[in-house]
Amino acid sequence: MSETSEPNPDREVGAQNLPGQRGEHGEEIRVQRGMFGADSGGDTSGYGGLTRSVRLPGPASRPYGGYFDEVADELEGALEEQGLVPENAIEKTVVDRGEATFHIAREHLLTVARTLRDDPALRFELCTGVSGVHYPEDKGRELHAVYHLRSITHRRLIRLEVCAPDSDPHVPSLVAVYPTNDWHERETYDFFGLVFDGHPALTRIMMPDDWQGFPQRKDYPLGGIAVEYKGAQIPAPDQRRSYS
Amino acid sequence: MTTPSASARETTEGTVYTVTGGDWDEVVQSAAKADDERIVVNMGPQHPSTHGVLRLILEIDGETVKEARCGIGYLHTGIEKNLEYRTWTQGTTFVTRMDYLTSFYNETAYCLGVEKLLGITDQIPDRATIIRVLLMELNRLSSHLVAIATGGMELGATTIMIYGFRDREMILDLYELITGLRMNHAFIRPGGLAQDLPPGAVDAVREFVKKMTKNLPEYDKLATGNPIFKARMQDVGYLDLTGCMALGATGPILRAAGLAHDLRKTDPYCGYETYEFDVPTADSCDAYGRFLVRLEEMRQSLRIVEQCLDRLEPGPVMVADKKIAWPAQLALGPDGLGNSLDHIKKIMGTSMEALIHHFKLVTEGFRVPPGQTYAAVESPKGELGVHVVSDGGTRPYRVHFRDPSFTNLQAMAAMCEGGQVADVIVAVASIDPVMGGVDR
Repeated sequence: MSETSEPNPDREVGAQNLPGQRGEHGEEIRVQRGMFGADSGGDTSGYGGLTRSVRLPGPASRPYGGYFDEVADELEGALEEQGLVPENAIEKTVVDRGEATFHIAREHLLTVARTLRDDPALRFELCTGVSGVHYPEDKGRELHAVYHLRSITHRRLIRLEVCAPDSDPHVPSLVAVYPTNDWHERETYDFFGLVFDGHPALTRIMMPDDWQGFPQRKDYPLGGIAVEYKGAQIPAPDQRRSYS
Repeated sequence: MTTPSASARETTEGTVYTVTGGDWDEVVQSAAKADDERIVVNMGPQHPSTHGVLRLILEIDGETVKEARCGIGYLHTGIEKNLEYRTWTQGTTFVTRMDYLTSFYNETAYCLGVEKLLGITDQIPDRATIIRVLLMELNRLSSHLVAIATGGMELGATTIMIYGFRDREMILDLYELITGLRMNHAFIRPGGLAQDLPPGAVDAVREFVKKMTKNLPEYDKLATGNPIFKARMQDVGYLDLTGCMALGATGPILRAAGLAHDLRKTDPYCGYETYEFDVPTADSCDAYGRFLVRLEEMRQSLRIVEQCLDRLEPGPVMVADKKIAWPAQLALGPDGLGNSLDHIKKIMGTSMEALIHHFKLVTEGFRVPPGQTYAAVESPKGELGVHVVSDGGTRPYRVHFRDPSFTNLQAMAAMCEGGQVADVIVAVASIDPVMGGVDR
């Protein structure tokens, strides 16, 4: 496997590629309107007219810091060896709060995961499963699948993130590389409707087999009933005022 | 063929017998008459030895298990979904109920995640962190005691069950003294703890350590060298290192396969790198090895508990940042734990600003900057990971728990297939799954 840890001249540190500032270049995941969760009645404070866009941390550029540069170098080198263009596979790299996230194009996920597991310099042996996240306002990239990979050999932890649009909720299954993802992918399918292509038996795991809908999506209601307490009606949790 | 004790009905899958107890000879006779030898047995979801509501689907040929599958989801309570409709602080009340035998681990992992998102990891007071470690290690003892006790009971060894629950009772008494509750504590909060240790807690824990040090050898005397115990556990539920890595099994299962992987050593949190303790391993890859690892881990936990007690210095147990720290001072009243009367007197009687502040923080909660993080702790069952996503609001956007029981239970098929039906019970007990954590 590769030993290409020489600095890439195209990626030298310069003024134009300093680490991305939080809240400036990231994906917009929603727009916050108002302040106190009140959308009816007379808002006399004026705060109801506030509009603020909420963005996740944006892409970082070299150097990422810590062992992340080494992981990125090794991964890019190993992908090049397999005849792939790293920029096509790794859409962007986010470094935030001491954790690195590699956003992978879904068609390359299987290759990237296999490389991360098998390359001796990477050796991410342990996958801690997949966590789905639904961003309904991230148009065309609504469904995200997040994987955390742990290298016991090198004592490292990285995150992979892939996304799929609501209209085509397909992501390749990693069961062939990490058999532990069997139940995790079933769980994510069960809750988000994200179809993991190539999974040996993608069925519901928590919800009953004949359940309709995918409960962890943001448009799926929590449900619940109002409760009377000391004479007052306490609305169901999803009907209560939200301040976010 | 239908008998009084085993009614049969034809389905597309073949003849299905519903066994209701009674004369097993009749069941065997009728099964022998059927042209195919395969019998599918449903064990659970309400079988006492399946650790809660776990359903095992076993395809057996005589006494040999040909195929084994799990049916889970009977205890799914939608905690992860519910969290998205509560404030960050209220979240601890939910997560503590996931794996109800390892409450403090769930709470700590969740709080470490929230604190990392807030960027206040370094500001958590030392005293809060030490008490967290203390509670977690006591929790490791109580969880392993249940694993050993119920595991023994499932072999028919009721004495070890009595011993295990006797010792766990002492730990639950400590929990009650410290948090007010025996289970489901919601004591560890984002930013620190709900409350400081009550008077007398340190002495009570010291007293417990003394008693427990005396009681631990009893398990050795009763079980470790016991030939019946060994005959039932050795070479049962075999899963080697390759299997563990592929199936993502962590905790005692992985350490019984010989790999000393413990997040407290390899990816320390809460200052574990400063404590002295060993990571025990076994190389037998079987249920007996897991039992030995658990037993030794209890000794190591006692060592850590003692170190925690020696380190405790007076100080705050909540971050200084008033925009995050829960304002209420809790006190024990005649009707249980609640806001202290002094605090109520202050906010209702003397300080309007304090009242506003209290009201805002309690009803609205604090905001967490957008982003995602992964916090992992070494729970008694393995790697307990929490993926927390914030959209900048006062409620979690998404919280996902990677519960070790859920992942480890996948190894059930690999451990049981090809073995005896009776060994399935031992193998499942050695995984130590808690369905509250598996199903969440």
